[in-house]
Amino acid sequence: MGFDRRGFLAGATAATAAAASAPATAATLAGTVTLPMENGTRPLVAFPQKRPLIVLSPRPPLLETPFAVFDEGVLTPNDAFYVRWHLSGIPQTVDGAAHRIRIHGRVKRPLSLSVDDLRTKFAPVSIVAVNQCSGNSRGLFAPRVPGGQWDNGAMGNARWTGVRLTDVLAKAGLEDGARQIRFHGLERPVLPTTPPFVKALSLDDVTDHGDILIAYEMNGAPLPLLNGYPVRLVVPGWFATYWMKMLVDIEAIDTVDDNFWMKTAYRIPQTPGNTVKPTDTGYPTVPINRLAVRSFITSVADGGMLHAGAHTLRGIAFDGGSGIAAVDVSTDGGSSWRPARLGEDYGSYSFRRWEFDLHATTGKHYVLACRARATSGEIQTAMPVWNPGGYLRNVIETYRVTVS
Amino acid sequence: MSARSFHLALVALAIPLLGAAAATVTVHAPADTVRYKPGPGVDLAVTNCTTCHSAAYVYTQPPLTRAQWTAEVNKMKAAYGAPIDAAAISGIVDYLMTQNGKE
Repeated sequence: MGFDRRGFLAGATAATAAAASAPATAATLAGTVTLPMENGTRPLVAFPQKRPLIVLSPRPPLLETPFAVFDEGVLTPNDAFYVRWHLSGIPQTVDGAAHRIRIHGRVKRPLSLSVDDLRTKFAPVSIVAVNQCSGNSRGLFAPRVPGGQWDNGAMGNARWTGVRLTDVLAKAGLEDGARQIRFHGLERPVLPTTPPFVKALSLDDVTDHGDILIAYEMNGAPLPLLNGYPVRLVVPGWFATYWMKMLVDIEAIDTVDDNFWMKTAYRIPQTPGNTVKPTDTGYPTVPINRLAVRSFITSVADGGMLHAGAHTLRGIAFDGGSGIAAVDVSTDGGSSWRPARLGEDYGSYSFRRWEFDLHATTGKHYVLACRARATSGEIQTAMPVWNPGGYLRNVIETYRVTVS
Repeated sequence: MSARSFHLALVALAIPLLGAAAATVTVHAPADTVRYKPGPGVDLAVTNCTTCHSAAYVYTQPPLTRAQWTAEVNKMKAAYGAPIDAAAISGIVDYLMTQNGKE
């Protein structure tokens, strides 16, 4: 399999061979943004197949979606979709025709599937689902925690098309001893001593879920390379750490995977609300899993201005797969709440857009807030979660706006 | 546009997309131009921290305490397998404290 990892490694430049499909992109600074956190100034740069995004790191690429994008529509455009890799050994050339996904381990019939096999030998399925980084909003934790310092834009919502993982596993035929399904992509460590990025899901979770896809399309187009071309795992309702990019290996194992990325990293406290105090130690932890319910206003930013008169506030809400039952909006910092109108339903894993009518009075200051309730009954609260990994932020967001 | 011609337009759009699905895609990432700033111990940071990740990983953190930076460097060595000489750790931490530390 031919691929070239040089470009994301140290010392690489954009001056190597010519691009075949995506034009080479020089590191052109399209501006800077300052996120609401200490050390929050970031460059805006257009990476290949991407519009200018907020660069948390160029190597490996960690690119955040500017939040205003979420006001443009329910689906996040591919060229605006955030990017997060763990390791700098990322192929810069991927041959989609030569790519094979190996299905092996505790299976009766090991398989090697091309993208064309996925398209022609299995029933296609399309699901609109939120992909949210486990560390989304980590930079807003108080007290701050080390890690990737994202604002709220390490998420996106896309229509993913592919085949059901359970259909592929059924074709391979799981053996009785299979306990977990382990996934590996083409992302590789720079050093042989670094643990390869491998993630696993329990067979029970895979079977109960039913909607996990091996996706070859994102919003009706091939995935951008930086989002996992040619195929990635899609685990609707679950954090993106499981959505393996450039999926190349699916292994049924008869143990519980204990690699670094499952056993040590991406763990959340197994405590009420998954929250602890900074001084707490010794509590049990579990691998991060489902998204917590969240909502945001998208039509005005915190610190923004409204002109006097009639407004329709717009926003989004989502949860871990039960769907959004209601969104309430407050214009007085959470003292009183009124229901928002929910927009079109794209399915229970999708962003749900909402609208709320507001008459803004000249000279007045508003503290806007939005609160989503999921069909599961889970509801956002005013008390922020805290844990040392900086995971699962879902506090009621507030937006201070003034009227011109 | 009639419903029929809209349908045809979609089909025409789908053909190049299907072709592209099996294509070879090559991209060229912008160069990493973030550099460790001059200061005592900068050579230790360049030598030990550049292979795997951008210096942006340091400068985008919130200011960290000495204990936090020490934990980060130890994590790079123990969990991520960075070949950092044990004798170099305190010098790396000293440098990180000058760059983005808090007492």
